[in-house]
Amino acid sequence: MFRKFVYILILSIFFQTSVVHAGSEGNESLKNSNSDNSANECFESASRVIFKFNHALDGAVFKPIAKGYRSLPQPLRKGTGNAVSNLRSLLTLTNNLLQGDFRGAGNTAGRFAINTTVGIFGIFDPATRLGLEAEQKEDFGQTMGVWGVNSGCYFVLPILGPTTARDAVGLIANSFLDPVYQITHNTEITNGVVGNGNYSEHNYYYYRGTGAVDFRAKNIESFQSLENNSIDLYASIKSLYLQDRNKKIAGNNTSTDTLNDEDWEEIDSN
Amino acid sequence: MKKKIFIIIFLIFGLMQNCFAYSSDPKKFISEIVDEAKKILVATNSKEVKEKKLEEIAKNTADIKGMGMYTLGKYRKNLTNEQLNEYEILFEKYFLKSFSSRLSDYSDPKIEVVSAEVLNPKYTMVRSVLIATDQKPELKIDWRVYTKNPENPLIRDLIVEGLSLARTQKEEFASIIESDNQNFNKLFSTLKEFIAK
Repeated sequence: MFRKFVYILILSIFFQTSVVHAGSEGNESLKNSNSDNSANECFESASRVIFKFNHALDGAVFKPIAKGYRSLPQPLRKGTGNAVSNLRSLLTLTNNLLQGDFRGAGNTAGRFAINTTVGIFGIFDPATRLGLEAEQKEDFGQTMGVWGVNSGCYFVLPILGPTTARDAVGLIANSFLDPVYQITHNTEITNGVVGNGNYSEHNYYYYRGTGAVDFRAKNIESFQSLENNSIDLYASIKSLYLQDRNKKIAGNNTSTDTLNDEDWEEIDSN
Repeated sequence: MKKKIFIIIFLIFGLMQNCFAYSSDPKKFISEIVDEAKKILVATNSKEVKEKKLEEIAKNTADIKGMGMYTLGKYRKNLTNEQLNEYEILFEKYFLKSFSSRLSDYSDPKIEVVSAEVLNPKYTMVRSVLIATDQKPELKIDWRVYTKNPENPLIRDLIVEGLSLARTQKEEFASIIESDNQNFNKLFSTLKEFIAK
């Protein structure tokens, strides 16, 4: 109960931060809205220190784990990735509904039902073979973006990495919205299925941790290439993070809808 | 005799021109670049030789000067002529090194050019897919092709899964310039360090 109270308190503080920034950052929304890529820094010096810490931690812990995971047989990795994605789709479903995207919600629910049953707890992905679209992951930060909440300022969280005021609020809210989190953390219900030993809290962190390792393993070379070719890695990651969030909020995978041509036009006029 | 030599030289140059000529159709243009890069990546063992050959492709097919100006963004108006000249030289070296280094990590990339969308008379977006392997997931790669001169298309940006490399580079440069109180010394020294590494 106390933990929930703390969450709500943090949530409301962040909401206030978000509102302050939404009001004060007139330069943030570019003319064509979706190309907003200029979130101001909340506290850049501190973020750069945290970034360095995260980077060192990645090199010492996450990258070696990801490399080890990569050496597992491909079917095992694929099955693990599928099962994690299948569980993650429950959070997507909630956010599909909150965004009023009922078509997306239908697709996500259909995929979950098929992959959990025919696909044996999501290890296989028969839904794709049956023609259901691969869903785009949704979270509450994106949902707030769809509702028109500005990103607020940008900062880096220890271990969790880059975020904005809006996405940090989303991160906390995801816990309340994610059925997997609720099932594994709802220890107040002790009689019945929910809250028993099979669904204890650590399972939630295994599931999230496995998802993170799977993602890191799929991107070992991309991260390495980025590291090798960046002259300011912090700024590169910030740019990529904000571009990615804008793209996801726009809900469109075509670059022409999420990038602004005006910058390029300016070159020709000079 | 002289005439014969002239004709031979003329023919050789003519043939060489044909060797380096790319299609003016943006989709074919990208397909040809992809094929050429792939041949280099598959056939060449030495990373250094690979990078040199890839740099040659970039010199012939990318609008390096335009990208350099885009990357500087609003700050380019603050450069003196001398600084601008120095910047153009440094940017070209930086870009070629960065481009060839990124590509040379791939040993046998399978890129399928899927479609092309004309955005306006100046730009066509060519869409392609880097086919998934056991280790890496599929990647969508879009190529922003500058078609102001329709006979000589040039690449201005690569957009990987919706993320623009030119924009990322621009924000990286802006961060360095801002941290130097809008001066260019730190940017130039950082570029020199990168080139020398």
